[in-house]
Amino acid sequence: MSAPATERTGGGAVQRGEPILKVRGLEKHFPIKGGGLVKRTVGAVRAVDGVDLDLYPGEVLGLVGESGCGKSTTGRAILNLQPATAGSVVFEGREIVGLSRKQMRPLRRDIQLVFQDPYASLNPRLPVFDIVAEPLIIHGLTKNDTELRAKVRQLVETVGLNPEHTNRYPAEFSGGQRQRIGIARALALQPKVLVLDEPVSALDVSIQAGVINLLDDLKNEFGLSYLFIAHDLSVVRHISDRVAVMYLGRIIEIAERDELFSRPAHPYTQALLSAIPLPDPRRERARQRIIITGDVPSPANPPSGCRFRTRCQKFANVLTDGQRELCMTVDPPLEERGTGHLNACHYAEATSVL
Amino acid sequence: MSTLGTTGTGMSGAGATPAGASSTATSTGTLSQAGSRTTSLGGFDPSAPLLQVSDLNVRFPTEDGSVHAVRGVDYALRSGEVLGIVGESGSGKSVTSLAVMGLLPASARVTGSVKYRGQELLGQSDRSMSRVRGKGVSMIFQDPMTSLDPVYKIGYQIEETLRTHDRSLSSKAAEARAVDLLELVGIPNAKERVRSYPHEFSGGMRQRVVIAIAMANQPEVIIADEPTTALDVTVQAQILEVLQTALQETGAAMVLITHDLGVVAGIADRVLVMYAGRPVEIGSVEDIYYEPRMPYTLGLLGSLPRVDSTSRERLTPITGSPPSVVNMPPGCPFAPRCPLHIAECDVAEPPLFQVGPAHNAACIRTDQVARAHGHAAEVFSETAQDVVLAAEVMPADLATGEGAREAVAPGTPPAGQTEAGTGRPDTGSVVGTGNTASTTGTTNGDRA
Ligand SMILES: Nc1ncnc2c1ncn2[C@@H]1O[C@H](COP(=O)(O)OP(=O)(O)OP(=O)(O)O)[C@@H](O)[C@H]1O
Ligand SMILES: Nc1ncnc2c1ncn2[C@@H]1O[C@H](COP(=O)(O)OP(=O)(O)O)[C@@H](O)[C@H]1O
Ligand code: SF4
Ligand code: SF4
Ligand SMILES: [Mg+2]
Ligand SMILES: [Mg+2]
Repeated sequence: MSAPATERTGGGAVQRGEPILKVRGLEKHFPIKGGGLVKRTVGAVRAVDGVDLDLYPGEVLGLVGESGCGKSTTGRAILNLQPATAGSVVFEGREIVGLSRKQMRPLRRDIQLVFQDPYASLNPRLPVFDIVAEPLIIHGLTKNDTELRAKVRQLVETVGLNPEHTNRYPAEFSGGQRQRIGIARALALQPKVLVLDEPVSALDVSIQAGVINLLDDLKNEFGLSYLFIAHDLSVVRHISDRVAVMYLGRIIEIAERDELFSRPAHPYTQALLSAIPLPDPRRERARQRIIITGDVPSPANPPSGCRFRTRCQKFANVLTDGQRELCMTVDPPLEERGTGHLNACHYAEATSVL
Repeated sequence: MSTLGTTGTGMSGAGATPAGASSTATSTGTLSQAGSRTTSLGGFDPSAPLLQVSDLNVRFPTEDGSVHAVRGVDYALRSGEVLGIVGESGSGKSVTSLAVMGLLPASARVTGSVKYRGQELLGQSDRSMSRVRGKGVSMIFQDPMTSLDPVYKIGYQIEETLRTHDRSLSSKAAEARAVDLLELVGIPNAKERVRSYPHEFSGGMRQRVVIAIAMANQPEVIIADEPTTALDVTVQAQILEVLQTALQETGAAMVLITHDLGVVAGIADRVLVMYAGRPVEIGSVEDIYYEPRMPYTLGLLGSLPRVDSTSRERLTPITGSPPSVVNMPPGCPFAPRCPLHIAECDVAEPPLFQVGPAHNAACIRTDQVARAHGHAAEVFSETAQDVVLAAEVMPADLATGEGAREAVAPGTPPAGQTEAGTGRPDTGSVVGTGNTASTTGTTNGDRA
């Protein structure tokens, strides 16, 4: 069912060679236990339900979607932090799904995770030096103490912190600084891929901007690839080369950055973009907004056919009964549908909404 | 030089600005009983601004010293207008609103004045405040469960709110009104849903219910504190639409607090920017977005990535963090982060200067800011930013890192720390060292 790799770029003209990370049919289901004495499985939360993605060397792939759509779960399954229920994740030609912790160890160096919450993800009892040095020590990457000190100093400087302050504890730094510490730690093993899960969501805008610029610089300097998970589409547009939109455990549209933002073809992407308020009073007030109704359905019980149909403005207001039949019965796969990029809507039509 | 009093008079024309400003309560909607509203709260002066906040100060005594969370907030809200209050976390937005509503903890020391239709609210008994709450001024919080009781049905909670202000309401009439209100806020199947409990609703639906409750007694002022921050963007769009409909139906005015400059751009008539517990700029929404005069406002706009922009211009972050509001040093609180800082900025905290009709900014160099015409990159230069990046300052260190400040001996740790919970008194001096280095590096000429 998976299309050839070149198609997964989202239809852009840029040739990127072989993907460094290739995700196919990824599923992560969480069992729902029933009540009563004997806890039986009565269903499953289909948090990730068939995700296909390619990440190319040196690129930033943005992964966006509303709360609960499965972004973080996708990230964790890719890193094998939570074993996938099904599917395949191939990193540099090597299958990750099914590997044991021990087998993962050498790969951990190459793929690192940066968390949303800079408060929760750093050990509050360790000084910054130890936090950044820990992965170097665990992987035995420095020969002696002098080398370790030099390396930590360099990492801390790279992320724009003062190396004099590494004897301080995380609580003594501001939110933006803590996120920098988390990034320094992730960079310690010279990874090739960073999975960044909402890395700037907890920060105030004025501080967020500095971290975004830093991530931009690091990518260029070290040729890193990012899977950049976020719900803020403005941030994603700023930093990404390509963007994938998720809804109820699936990718529903993926395209080159400008293509996605200027010619979204899936009704959900259109609604999502149209819902973002612009910090520009004249433009904001002149806009026509697509307001979709209702809330995201439960991932334990997604609608039949197209998962978006319960909220789809096109389904509700534009399609004929005959056309709706297809939406209700056939789950639209992610494919090229004459819009120049991949999407999962039977009636996809590229439209500008910003 | 004028303080906000001048702005107050200048802004009487604000009702003419677009969106949300429909001060006419003439619609046929379920909520309008315009004629009876003001009279039912006898004793209030109908010609006075709906809400007039003057020199509001709030202090919290803590172990580290007095947290001066709100330091002289002034604003006036006219009927039918939407005033947006923006600022980073900790800038005092919520404390300001809680003070207006009389909902601060007993430990808080509040001074200044809050007048609703000319009548002083500060120092009122709880009993007379509850007469104002809901009917005169009502509040919507970020977390809907602040306002909802998990053990009662939605309908009952709305009916109770209605009965608080109208004892004579029959239960039948109350239920009918509850259904009307739920319909107004877009809850499908309202007749059935009045019998649901809050947990049977999603976050977005709960916030709709909270809006219904806030609107129940046709208040003249709604204070909404980050009403959509916890919601997904598609649901946020729904809720903002509901809020605007509700305002149109009732003719209520609104104070909308948010950190999202997009939300404010869409519905506010005027915007107040808060920094370190004080308004640093206030003006019409167009003034603030297109012609800001305070470097902080300009910096905020420049640090926002834009979803509608194809350019990949670098963002212009504001270096450092907001200062601690414990033992503030003299001078401009934005000075340690300000690219336009000069020695004179440290002498006294700038008051709000009038920079245009109904537009005020707390900065002594507004003429310099004006030249940028809203383009942050003109003022917040990338090179300077890279230097400072090497030692992003902590809030608490602003007091100590500034060698140029006479009032504080260099290296003296401040008594208190930041709201981010950095309660160790020793941090100040350490990070402060970096701060001194970086600020001298960036603002050389200005600082000498
Ligand atoms: N350990 C778990 N057990 C059961 N359900 C889970 C578990 N982890 C996640 N889920 C469910 O899987 C779905 C996807 O969750 P996930 O955290 O991936 O969402 P997300 O897209 O990252 O959302 P957010 O934007 O809120 O971070 C949700 O319905 C969530 O409740
Ligand atoms: N009950 C309290 N005791 C002590 N400090 C408080 C209290 N409530 C708020 N503060 C402090 O007051 C300042 C302003 O807070 P707040 O108004 O909540 O900010 P925001 O602008 O994010 O809404 C912060 O420094 C906060 O830590
Ligand atoms: S397939 Fe049908 S329901 Fe689904 S997004 Fe397209 S039009 Fe809407
Ligand atoms: S008064 Fe000085 S330090 Fe403060 S904002 Fe204006 S220029 Fe900057
Ligand atoms: Mg998540
Ligand atoms: Mg707040």
